Formats: sequence, C-alpha cells, structure tokens
Amino acid sequence: MAELNTGDGGGGKGGKVRSKKQNSKVDLTAMVDLAFLLITFFMLTTTLSKPQSMDLTLPDKEKDPKVENDIKVDENRTMTLLLGENGKLVRYMGMLEKPLAAPKDYSYGKDGIRKELIARMETVKQYSTAKGKPNDGIIVIIKPSKKSTYRNLVDVLDEMAIVGVNKTGSYAIVNEFTPEEQKLLEVKK
Amino acid sequence: MKKKSTSTDMTAMCDVAFLLLTFFILTATAKTPEVLPVDTPQSTVQTKLPADNLSTLTIGKANGKTAVFFDLKGKDVRKKALEFMADKYNVSFTEKESEEFGLMESFGVPIQNLKAILNMKAADRSKAGQPGIPKDSLDNQLKDWVLYSRKANIEVNDKELNFAIKGDAKEQYPAIKQVMDILQDQKVNSFNLVTGLRGKNF
Repeated sequence: MAELNTGDGGGGKGGKVRSKKQNSKVDLTAMVDLAFLLITFFMLTTTLSKPQSMDLTLPDKEKDPKVENDIKVDENRTMTLLLGENGKLVRYMGMLEKPLAAPKDYSYGKDGIRKELIARMETVKQYSTAKGKPNDGIIVIIKPSKKSTYRNLVDVLDEMAIVGVNKTGSYAIVNEFTPEEQKLLEVKK
Repeated sequence: MKKKSTSTDMTAMCDVAFLLLTFFILTATAKTPEVLPVDTPQSTVQTKLPADNLSTLTIGKANGKTAVFFDLKGKDVRKKALEFMADKYNVSFTEKESEEFGLMESFGVPIQNLKAILNMKAADRSKAGQPGIPKDSLDNQLKDWVLYSRKANIEVNDKELNFAIKGDAKEQYPAIKQVMDILQDQKVNSFNLVTGLRGKNF
C-alpha cells in the first residue's frame, strides 16, 4: 500500500541523470480509518444520548367528590396487581372477597408475572368471545403501595407494554388500598 | 500483462469523512454533569423523549432527602418563565442573571436562593448542595414553576409543554405520586417517564 517509495525499479539506465520525480501520492488509508472511526463514535453517541421515555396517561382527577362515576367493571375481566415492599408483587383476579384466582405472589420479569398475564389474557379473551364481545380484553388494576418503589411501577408498566394489554384491554393505576389488600402485602415476608 | 495498482485515490473519501466528522462534532452537544444524578429504571419501550417543548422533573435523593429538580428546554422559554416567577414571588433578577438562567441546566432551589446559584460558576452548582424545589402545601413553588413554564412555552412557542418525570429507581412511590399529583392538579394528565434501555431478554 505504501506509495511513498519513488519508482526506482529499473536502476539507472544509461548515463542520463534525471531529476527524480517525487511521488505526490500520500497513503490516506490510515487517515480515512481514523475519520470513520470518529464519525461512528459521534453518530452513535448523539443518537443514544437522547433518553428513552415511556408515555403514561392518567385519567382526569375528579375534583367534585359528589360526582361519582363508578364504572361497572366485569369482575371476570379484572386482574389486580399489588406492588409491595422489596419487589413483592401480588396478583388476584376478580374481587378480593370472592376471587376467581386467589392472591398469589409473583416475581417480575418474563418467568414471573408475564407468563401469568399472557395466560390470563387468553382466558379473558375466551370468556369475552363466549359472551359475544371478543373485543373486551383484560383490565389490569395496578396498585402501588406506599412502600413500593418507582422501579416497581415502571417494571409493571413495562410489562403491560410488552404483553400489549392496551391492544384489547386496558390498565389503570389506582391508589386506594383496602385494609385487606394492605394485609396481603404485609404477611409472609 | 500489466500489473494494476491496488491503491485507490482516497482523497475524495477522506474529504467526505472529515466533512461528516465535522458535522457530527458540531451538532453533538457536550453533556454537562447532572446536578442531581439519578439512576433511572429500565424499560423495553423504545420511544424517545421529545427534544423541545419539554420540561423535566427530576426526582431523586439530595442529602438523604427526596428532592425535585426542575429543568426546562429552550432559552427564551426559560427566561420568560423566570420573569413570571420573579413577578409572583417579588424577586428581581438582573439582565445578566436572566441570561445565565436561560443557559443553565436543571436546578433545585427555592426561588429566593436562585440568585446565589445563578452567580456561581457552572461547575460549582452541582456541589452547592441544592435542596430541591419546595413542593409542600405551604410553599408550593414547584406548582408555580410548572404553571408558569407552561404559560411561557405557549407564549414563546405556541405549543403545549410536555412534562417528563425522571425518577430514581429506588425512590418510593409516594414521592413520585406527589409530583404526578401536582401535574394532575393542572390537568396535565399525560407525561413521559424517563427510562433507560433494557435488554431484549428481560
């Protein structure tokens, strides 16, 4: 590749002394290599530095306590997730007084709550189809307790996004805790 | 048979490469150190945060206490918001201080102490031990910052301001909820949660 050597292959033929022509070509390979390396670096860092974000839309806060618009929700379609201390996650289906599936602890991630979510979404879908409303999906109620961390909340919201709850059903963050639910999070540490 | 030279003329390629390099260097913004470093939780969501019309509320621990820091994008919007806030709290800022505020990153002090922070060097600000913006019911300056920066953004850019919440992963939920409540009291029901990237295999 080196181009700097002057073409002096033939050896001085004859007696003519010719002034040697310098080869003006400089090898640019290394320079181009470096330039592209830097380009790659700057390109990647500029696009990656933009932080990611997760959209979250909450329902309107009801200012007037008299106006209560309790929407009746089919208990067969609701799943409640209670977020507790130290990554504790409890889920139950339906109402707590007579749950369709008893409260049970789950872990975060693909082997824990995600499997359960996918399975439950399927049963809800079957249930809704049987009722003639195949578009009614699961309703997930997320209840972060006072001791849960922001990470837990984002993890659960992420889970909703991965599983695609919003495609058919919906999810909501609810802050009210009943004493029974509180108890569920406290026992069995 | 004539042997063909294997070397190609790289001058043009080199030119292009350096042109692009210059472009990327110039467009890249130097990352200033964060005043309140937080460890954001991870998610698999791929959406990016908008670059303008954005205000970021950082929630993290400063001196062992939960603190909220405020950041607003856009120099003119910031200056306008400061003007509104100065009016409301009877604090006056000089032209130079207002200019400095326009260029500053996020901050977390009561407006009464903002002057002192503005007169510091940029490097000293992160060491100043900023306590966070007051957000309790007696002195809810965060609410006013949110309100007036929305007003300022509508006046300057004629667009509704977006809010992003950048919370520390270890922060407990009530702290996050308090900030969400402040936003929701003003009917800002939709906001972004800043998260880091998580591997596909989660």
